[in-house]
Amino acid sequence: MIEGAPDPGLYDYHPYRDRPKLAWPEGKSCAVWVAPNLEYYEIDPPANPHRKSWAKPHPDVVGYSYRDHSNRVSHWRMADVMSRHGFPGSVSLSVGLCDHHPEVVADGVKRGWEFFSHGIYNTRYSYGMSEEQERAIIEDSIETVQRATGQRIRGWLAPALTHTPRTLDLLAEYDFTYTCDLYHDDQVQDVKVASGQLASIPYSLEVNDHYGFNVYGMSGREYADCLIQQYERLADEGERTGSGTVMCIPLHAYLIGQPHRIGPFEEALAHIAADPRCWKARAGEIVDVWRAAQ
Amino acid sequence: MSLPSEYTEYPHRREGYDHDYYKWSNMHARKPVQWPDGKSVAVWLCVSLEWFPITPEDKPFRAPGHMVTPYPDYRHYTVRDYGNRVGVWRMLDAFKAESVRASFATNAAVAERYPELIEAVLADGHEIIAHSTDMNSTITSELPEEEERALITDSLSRLEAASGVKPQGWLSIARSQSWRTADLLTEHGLKYTCDWVNDELPYCFKNGLVNLPLNTELSDRMIVATQQHSAEGWAQMMRDAFDWLAAEAKGNDYTAGGGRMLPIHLTPYIMGLPYRIGALEQLLTDLTAREEAWIAPGADIFAEWEKQQ
Repeated sequence: MIEGAPDPGLYDYHPYRDRPKLAWPEGKSCAVWVAPNLEYYEIDPPANPHRKSWAKPHPDVVGYSYRDHSNRVSHWRMADVMSRHGFPGSVSLSVGLCDHHPEVVADGVKRGWEFFSHGIYNTRYSYGMSEEQERAIIEDSIETVQRATGQRIRGWLAPALTHTPRTLDLLAEYDFTYTCDLYHDDQVQDVKVASGQLASIPYSLEVNDHYGFNVYGMSGREYADCLIQQYERLADEGERTGSGTVMCIPLHAYLIGQPHRIGPFEEALAHIAADPRCWKARAGEIVDVWRAAQ
Repeated sequence: MSLPSEYTEYPHRREGYDHDYYKWSNMHARKPVQWPDGKSVAVWLCVSLEWFPITPEDKPFRAPGHMVTPYPDYRHYTVRDYGNRVGVWRMLDAFKAESVRASFATNAAVAERYPELIEAVLADGHEIIAHSTDMNSTITSELPEEEERALITDSLSRLEAASGVKPQGWLSIARSQSWRTADLLTEHGLKYTCDWVNDELPYCFKNGLVNLPLNTELSDRMIVATQQHSAEGWAQMMRDAFDWLAAEAKGNDYTAGGGRMLPIHLTPYIMGLPYRIGALEQLLTDLTAREEAWIAPGADIFAEWEKQQ
C-alpha cells in the first residue's frame, strides 16, 4: 500500500458489470468456502498501546471462557455439520492453537481442511510491530503450521484484523497466495504489492457469524436465512454472467456451535450443499482456478 | 508507537492452557454422564434476584442493568425493583404450575429487604445461590484481596442470616472474577461457581471448585435485552437448543453422547413482564412434556454429576 496516502492503492477500480468470464470446475457458478476461525485468546496477554485485548482487568472471565467454548465443546459440532454436508474448512488459525490444543487442529487435518494463518494469538495485534516482529510472526506461522499439519500455508487473515502498512507486501515476499483482509469485492481480485503477486479472496464481514450474532443480534434462524439469501443471489449472478462468484461463510465455533444456533445453521448448509450450482471449495483452490484464468 | 521485543515472545505457549485454573478436555470425549431416570437433558432454570442501589459505586465496575441516567435515576431503579415486586412472583407461579424447581441467584440485600420473597422461594423448594451483596459489589483483579474476601464473607453471612440457607453455589455479578476468586470461594466452603461459560457440563478446577455452566448466550438478558428478540423468539431458541442437545445426547459421529445441560438464565424485570411471561409459561409446559427433560435446580445437577466423577 501507499503509506499515508488517502487512497492506500491496494487495487484498481474494477466495475462489477461486464466482468470477464470465469468458469468454476464442472460449470459451477458460485464457489462456496467455509472459513472456521480456530483461535486461541490468551488470558493475560501483554498490552498493545493501540488496542486493548479485554474489556475487564485480567482475567476477563466471560471474554476468555466465551471463546474457550470453541476448544472444549463447539468445534466438533461445527466441524461435524460441515463434514456431513461435504464442506471442507479453510481454517483461519491462531497458530498458537497447534501448541495449546493440538487435538483441535488434528481434527481439522483429519477432515482434509486447509489451514492459513490468523496470527499467533488473537490477542497479539500487529499494530505497532516492527518489520522484524512482523517477519517473525509470518515465519513462526509458516513453521508452526508446517510442523502441525504438513501444510505450507498460502493465506493470511491478520490477527484480530490488525495490519501494518507493510503486511501485504511481506505476504507476497513470503510467497503467500491470498489475503482474506480486504472486503471490496465478491470475486477474487489482484492486490497491488511491492513485488510478486497476491490475490484477495472474498472473506466476509457481513455474513460472518460474529457480525450476524454480535453486531446485528440475529437469531440462529435469521442468520441461516441470511446465508441462504446471500448464496442464492451470488449463485444467480454467477450463472447469469458466466463470471463465477465467491461466497465465504466465516465461522467461530463458540458462536455458530451454540446449541440454539447449530440446528438452523445445518439446515442452511444443507440447502446450499444441495444446489447444483455450488462448488464446495477450499480457499487455495478457488484462487488457483482464478489465477490460471488471468 | 513501537512494541517491546517481548510482544512477540510467548512464555505460556505450551500444551494445555496458558493458565493453571483447570485442564483442557473435549466435552464430547468425556465419560458420559447419566441424569436420573434415563433423562438426557438437564434443564436448569436460574433466576437472578438483584437489588441495584440508586447510588452506583462503579468499584471496580458498574454492573450490567445498573443505573443509567444522572442521579436520581428513578427510571432504572424502579424498573429493576419491578422485577422483585411483581415479575418474580409471576415466575414463581409459572414454576409452581408446572411443578418445577429452579435456582435463585440472590443478592444478600434482596434476602434482607424482601423476606416474603425468600420465604416463597424456599417454600416451593427452590435453591438459593449466593450472588454477592448487592449490584454494587462487583469483583475484578483491581479489588484488593482483603476487600474481595470481605465481600464474599459478607455476602454469605448476610444471605444465611436472612434466609437460613448456607448456599453451595456462587454467581459473581456479571460473572466477573479476579485471579483470586476461585481460591476465595473454596476457602469459604462453596462447592461451585457459575461464572465460566466455556463448557456445557460441570467440570472441576484444580483447586476443587466446580464450574456449573450458566450460558450467557442463552440468557434472557442477552437474547431479549441485548439482541432485542421477542420473548417468543427467545423461547424458540430454547426449543432449538433443547432439540439439538437431546439429539447429541444419543451419540453421533463426534460423541458417544450422554447427559447434556440446558441452562436457562432468567431475569425478573425482563422475562417477568405481562407480555413476556406467557412465553416462559408455554416453554415450561413444552419442556415438562419432553421425555428427555430433567428440570432441576443447579445443586441437584451438581450433586448428580459429582457422584459420577
